[in-house]
Amino acid sequence: MDAQDLLHRTSFIELGARSRARQLLDDGSFRELIDPFERIVSPWLARQGIVAQADDGVVVAKGTLGGQPAVVLAIEGAFQGGSMGEVSAAKIAGALELAAQDNRKGVPTRALIVFETGGVRLQEANLGLAGIAEIHAAIVDLRRYQPVVGIAAGTVGCYGGMSIAAGLCSYLIVTRETRIGLNGPAVIEQEAGVAEFDSRDRPLIWSLTGGEQRYRTGLADALVEDDVDQIRSEAINCFRKGRPPACRSECVSRFLHRLAQFDPAAQVTAEQVARIYGEGFEA
Amino acid sequence: MERIALEFDAAPPAQGRSLAGVVGSGDLEVLMEPNTRARTVVNITTSVDGFRNVWEAVLTRMLGQGDLPAVRIEINDFGATPGVVRMRIAQAFEALAATPGV
Repeated sequence: MDAQDLLHRTSFIELGARSRARQLLDDGSFRELIDPFERIVSPWLARQGIVAQADDGVVVAKGTLGGQPAVVLAIEGAFQGGSMGEVSAAKIAGALELAAQDNRKGVPTRALIVFETGGVRLQEANLGLAGIAEIHAAIVDLRRYQPVVGIAAGTVGCYGGMSIAAGLCSYLIVTRETRIGLNGPAVIEQEAGVAEFDSRDRPLIWSLTGGEQRYRTGLADALVEDDVDQIRSEAINCFRKGRPPACRSECVSRFLHRLAQFDPAAQVTAEQVARIYGEGFEA
Repeated sequence: MERIALEFDAAPPAQGRSLAGVVGSGDLEVLMEPNTRARTVVNITTSVDGFRNVWEAVLTRMLGQGDLPAVRIEINDFGATPGVVRMRIAQAFEALAATPGV
């Protein structure tokens, strides 16, 4: 890696959710909806002795992206692991629903979701899960009109129900630093034993669930450096490409066909996954 | 979790509002808005119980002179050290000065 290049770029990972949203949108177009001063906070956390954040960990920003109307939904990974509670999930689902409504009225609002999340917020259990289901439905609705682009930059990664949301996106942009998985390593180890998955084995975790591997195996569409400019231009590029012929979730049977080629009795290696998934998902 | 409310004399009310920090490990969120009278009111929610006198000491050192503009400060703390607390509050005052009338 070129040291000069590293010094001159602006890290995306090091930015908080609000700065990420501001940097992604066209200069000066950032306008926040349901901002922290409206104090739409989680009604459940304080009752459980947990300090709430004024924006519940989600930034909803309207503006333009590449000159087109856009909404950025950025999750703050530092607050409660970017978990989805009643309010934070409703902010994302509501904004996506409004973007779809815009499209039905002829305004081509596009949506960009910045995933930095462990999934549902356990303290808000069912309400968070219901909210995540609404996010899923809203992505599937909106992507009929416009690509829905997801970014998983790290370092929290993208897990649980929100990894499904990432999978539903028309395009998914990842960095090497991120990880995407339905269950986190610690959960797999706890439920299936250390022989199944060693949550302390970081090379194993990144080799199977890291951004680079997700890109190699066709589960992500673009692999970028941790660089604001590169991530922003890749997002614009995704929107320029328009809707893909078929979203990943519309090719389930092809994924199942590939999945059937694995022997569940043996620990798979990153190379095996890359080889089998690398054959593509054609019927 | 503990809630602490403090008040200080202040200069005439500020213009605009500002935000600094996140409710993340070792950090805090500071929301700053103008007050309607020449007093600064601080409402703290902290995850760490039993540190009221430390909060009083830190904030008195920052706001006790009464020369900063009157604001309403909301602090949502997740175990920040006094140094981080001072830095975030200073950052919020600085952002306030940079965006008058917003």
